[in-house]
Amino acid sequence: MATLAEPQDATTDDAFREEVRAFIAANFADELKGNNNALASVEGPTNETPAQKAWREAVGERGWGTPTWPREYGGGGLTRKQAKILNEELAKANAWNPIGGMGVMMFGPTLLEYGSEEQKHEHIPPICRGEIRWCQGYSEPNAGSDLANLQTFAEDKGDHYVVNGQKTWTSGGQWADKCFCLVRTDRSDKHNGISFLLIDMTSPGVEVRPIRMISGLSPFCETFFTDVKVPKKNLVGAEGQGWTIGKRLLQHERTNISGGGSMARMMGPTVSDIARKYGELDADGKLADPVLRDRIADYEIRWNTFLLTARRAAEESKASGGVSEISSVLKKLGTKLGQERAELTIEIMGLQGLGWEGEGFTEAELAGVRGWLFGKAFTIYGGSTEIQNNIIAKRVLGMLDHQ
Amino acid sequence: MAVLNEEQEMLRDMAREWATNESPVTEFRKMRDSHPDERYLADAWSAMAGMGWAGIIVPEAYGGSDFGWMSVGLVVEELGKTLAASPLIATTLAASAIVLGGSDEQKAKWLPALASGEKVGTLAIDEGAHHAPGKIATTVSGGKLSGTKAFVHEAHGADLFVVAAADGLYVVEKGDGVALSRRELTDQRSHAQVTFDGAAAERLADGGDSLLDDVLDRARILTSCEMLGMAQQVFDVSLDYLKQRVQFNQVLATFQALQHRMADLFADLATMRSAVEAGLEALDSGFGVARAAAIAKATANDVLHRMSREGIQLHGGIGMTDEYDVGFYLKRARVLEASWGSSSQMRDRFASLSGY
Ligand SMILES: Cc1cc2nc3c(=O)[nH]c(=O)nc-3n(C[C@H](O)[C@H](O)[C@H](O)COP(=O)(O)OP(=O)(O)OC[C@H]3O[C@@H](n4cnc5c(N)ncnc54)[C@H](O)[C@@H]3O)c2cc1C
Repeated sequence: MATLAEPQDATTDDAFREEVRAFIAANFADELKGNNNALASVEGPTNETPAQKAWREAVGERGWGTPTWPREYGGGGLTRKQAKILNEELAKANAWNPIGGMGVMMFGPTLLEYGSEEQKHEHIPPICRGEIRWCQGYSEPNAGSDLANLQTFAEDKGDHYVVNGQKTWTSGGQWADKCFCLVRTDRSDKHNGISFLLIDMTSPGVEVRPIRMISGLSPFCETFFTDVKVPKKNLVGAEGQGWTIGKRLLQHERTNISGGGSMARMMGPTVSDIARKYGELDADGKLADPVLRDRIADYEIRWNTFLLTARRAAEESKASGGVSEISSVLKKLGTKLGQERAELTIEIMGLQGLGWEGEGFTEAELAGVRGWLFGKAFTIYGGSTEIQNNIIAKRVLGMLDHQ
Repeated sequence: MAVLNEEQEMLRDMAREWATNESPVTEFRKMRDSHPDERYLADAWSAMAGMGWAGIIVPEAYGGSDFGWMSVGLVVEELGKTLAASPLIATTLAASAIVLGGSDEQKAKWLPALASGEKVGTLAIDEGAHHAPGKIATTVSGGKLSGTKAFVHEAHGADLFVVAAADGLYVVEKGDGVALSRRELTDQRSHAQVTFDGAAAERLADGGDSLLDDVLDRARILTSCEMLGMAQQVFDVSLDYLKQRVQFNQVLATFQALQHRMADLFADLATMRSAVEAGLEALDSGFGVARAAAIAKATANDVLHRMSREGIQLHGGIGMTDEYDVGFYLKRARVLEASWGSSSQMRDRFASLSGY
């Protein structure tokens, strides 16, 4: 992508690797090893320990949580190669990237592409330092898959807009500082009447109500806007350009959802690890149940082909500049595999894998059950599997609408 | 739909009406939120018992109606549709073990109380997280039974446990030497690890070597009935939803991608119904029960699995909310899938029974 950093650092790779190692040694406390909260992105902020805070600040200061973003906006300014080295060294040290959330995954890259200089300088650095939480104000009660049907209206009042309407399924809405929102600025044109607006969640007139999910968690909300005043400087791109910008953001969202990263974190160890732990092994150390062994191998082979495809797509899109429609293919495949992994895990664990709370289950087992249920959303949010199929058929394959 | 006689039709209609009016999913929700110890509403259970449902497979001589398995299956299916929480299946299965394996004296001692619903019974078979009737470590010596049973359904309301020991099935009454430790599963029903420590036990000696298998086949078939009701309901609710939800200025039901999905699910449901009803018929006729049970449970597992996933997906975001019922079916589905035999275990059993 044009806006992403070009190499700025003359350090050789080896020297850079040394630099990363030294940085981790100096800043990553031993007590943090393997202690990443897998559900943090779903459950919202947990109480950050001093060690976690110190680690987040150190990484944020360097911009290494967003390693390839430009240095001038607080990113790491690293080359892809260096970012890879950084990841490798983090993994070796059993450390993790503490900077995440929708700001990093979706909003940041979109703003880097479409935002004004002023907007980038205002919004990108706090994202890079992990100081701010963004939520996504897209869906409405009658605008789900048909996102362009949204009705939340922003009325032009000269130097500001006044926003009225209701969003729904706003993940993390109750914890977010700001919301990137699609709003209607023109009622006469379905697609060109949409604008991309940034709304401060602390503005008067913003109200969030958490919704409880089947997993027992309540990480998503109904969000109501009543006469919310939003300064014009918070309009990204031109008025009426929101649909284009919004769709680009969705491509980033899809790439991230399907990347396996978030799902893998929620799901924990691999299926075969779990099977080795819960299942029976024969004298050779193989899984004793040949049918299960076959199914796990089948699953893991498909998971590997998916990861290979994701990698190939990333390389190709880098070469051609930016995310693309292939994100629909990855989203469709990756989310299904994520769900299958959870289902297979439950089956391997039997009733031990279905605990809800209380005695007789480990933390990991209980988290697995919640993750399995939460994971049913993978194929719904960010554009459902059915919508990805429509996108592939229409935009990639050139097949026509049947109506 | 199986051809029903008049009595069966009346029974089914009565069960449907009762479940719809007196025990809709809001009642399940009420139970979940108030979580009574036994994880069902006592009033609902006494109403069911009052209608004679606990005694449907019990001979008249022992206080039952002897209406047969098809009849109890119809009732269980209707209750499955609304997730009516009760120990009906558990009690029926415990009674069936006594019918099949009890002496006249034992039948006279326990069946009337089970048939009237005065006492709740349940099966305590498996000792781990997976169904494994071939691996029973529980033993009995001098009339005292010792062993630990994992994940016993409806244990908290149970007065009577039909327990698998290494040398057969035993009846153990709640009381000395019986300790429960709750296991809160995702379906929010009663499950417990039950530890028997020298509990007084009576052997069901008249059922022959196949008694355990015979009882388990009944468990598989009756559980499949509940699963059928659940699958049917998820299907119906999803279809209704697709017919009313508007996106892209059209009701979702007009999209061919969804039409074909529903057609596939409908076909699945048809096979599930045939498999389950064939299981009930086999029980009533006494022929081919084991194979029919394997077919019923394998099919029920697979179809309900698919249906419960599709139910959420077709509802979109609202399917993920606790406020909508469809998630409850997903959670109960996995518990039932893992009980009394997974699909691969059932396929393995089918192959063995078929001689390959
Ligand atoms: C856990 C979770 C988190 C979310 N987080 C956010 C968030 O942070 N911010 C936000 O704005 N939104 C969020 N969403 C909303 C999400 O993007 C929508 O739920 C999604 O776009 C689907 O819309 P819907 O729920 O209205 O389903 P509907 O559009 O009503 O769809 C129902 C079903 O019909 C199918 N369908 C719809 N149209 C077609 C068609 N043309 N052809 C074939 N099938 C079709 C769908 O695929 C789906 O299976 C979240 C959702 C979930 C579940």
